[in-house]
Amino acid sequence: MSHRNGRIANPAISVAIRMEPVVEPVVQLTGVVAVVGGFPVLAGADLTVHRGEILLLRGPNGAGKTSLLRLCAGLLPVERGVATVLGHDLSVSRTAVRAFVGMLGHSNGLYADLTVTDNVRFWGATVGATDDEIAASLARMGLANRLADVPVSRLSAGQRRRTALACLVARRAQLWLLDEPHAGLDAAGRDELDATLREAAAAGATVMVASHELERAGALATRVVELGGGLVREVPMGGPA
Amino acid sequence: MTTWRVARLVAAKDLRIEARSRVVVNQVLPFSLLVMVLFAFALDNDTVLTRVAPGLVWLATLFSMLVLVQRAFAVETADGALDALTVAGVRPSGLFLGKAMAMAVQLVVLEVVLLFAAIVLYKVDVGGAGIVLLVTTFVAATTGLAFVGTLYGGLASGAKGRETLLPLLMLPVVAPVLIGATRATEAALGTNGASPSEGWPWIGLLVLFAALFGAGGTLAFGTLIDA
Repeated sequence: MSHRNGRIANPAISVAIRMEPVVEPVVQLTGVVAVVGGFPVLAGADLTVHRGEILLLRGPNGAGKTSLLRLCAGLLPVERGVATVLGHDLSVSRTAVRAFVGMLGHSNGLYADLTVTDNVRFWGATVGATDDEIAASLARMGLANRLADVPVSRLSAGQRRRTALACLVARRAQLWLLDEPHAGLDAAGRDELDATLREAAAAGATVMVASHELERAGALATRVVELGGGLVREVPMGGPA
Repeated sequence: MTTWRVARLVAAKDLRIEARSRVVVNQVLPFSLLVMVLFAFALDNDTVLTRVAPGLVWLATLFSMLVLVQRAFAVETADGALDALTVAGVRPSGLFLGKAMAMAVQLVVLEVVLLFAAIVLYKVDVGGAGIVLLVTTFVAATTGLAFVGTLYGGLASGAKGRETLLPLLMLPVVAPVLIGATRATEAALGTNGASPSEGWPWIGLLVLFAALFGAGGTLAFGTLIDA
């Protein structure tokens, strides 16, 4: 596999990642405190995430999984502690890191009146993706068929989720932050998502997944952490679910 | 990605959404024409209508613009696209300029239709002497309105009750455009004996307004949507 212009040049891998700048570790949190609505969702959290890892964040509702993802995306301010993502100190600037991050939350970020292809093309264009990369992103999520020219408003919830994932693939982000990504997907869609995340990690991306589907996401993850009481605790692989 | 490239990308996306949904053509244009017809019913006097036509055209433009702005940001917030744009690190200045460009294009179409409606319904005479002033007025006022609409649309997009909040916030701010554009249009059309030369000072006001809100929006839009 060779790297050219910061992209994976091996055509066998359809998930391409923008590799520059190369920073390691990708996420480094030390004693991080973050507050939402006056409540400390993170209370001195420590976490290190390395390139190519697929990290599962687990924990009960309200444990701070989504907040941790939002903090890594530069959407939630750091009250105390040190948070560095892809080399950017989030206490100094929360916006610089965003161009290298792809986030899929509870909403899909799609335009209902545009077709599937229009949506993927738009989100790909925000990072200068080529037509070939757009086509590969559609194919990767099983959308390069009759669905390609269908307006998103006519899609099922699962098809919309697939489209959102294709948009994420087209952005070739270095850090993927996914909040309940399996929600709404059928069995085939889940398999495609898992394969896509493994390919992305193999290509050099770092993936953080918040999920309640512990069996599914646990099988996908290379490492598991649990959030509780505003802290992050390492869970041994193969340990209790 | 440069601000200008983001602006073109966002403007093209917004215009494509309109081309696919045809909300402006099927809903906003009929609404604006309905407003013009209702003005005619309410005043019911050809002489009065001809005299106040410039003001009615711009008033109908403002009312229709409220619908346009709501629509422009409804497509961004319906499925969290505005949040996704923020997360994606898309330059806010480019986002602001792109949405303003798309809105300006739609406003120009709207204004041309309203002018023709005024010619037909209110018997307005568009002479040749003031045509340059008329075109300049439309360009300057449209630019200012598009900047204000985008700025306040972005401001209200994250607020509760944004549908009712937007007119409350925006209409007082665009009052100078209503006054300036109406006076300049009166001068261009020769309404009430005005001459084209009387309209040019109002163009200065419209250009200043557009420049202020264009610069302010470009600088502040990121902070607004982040908050």
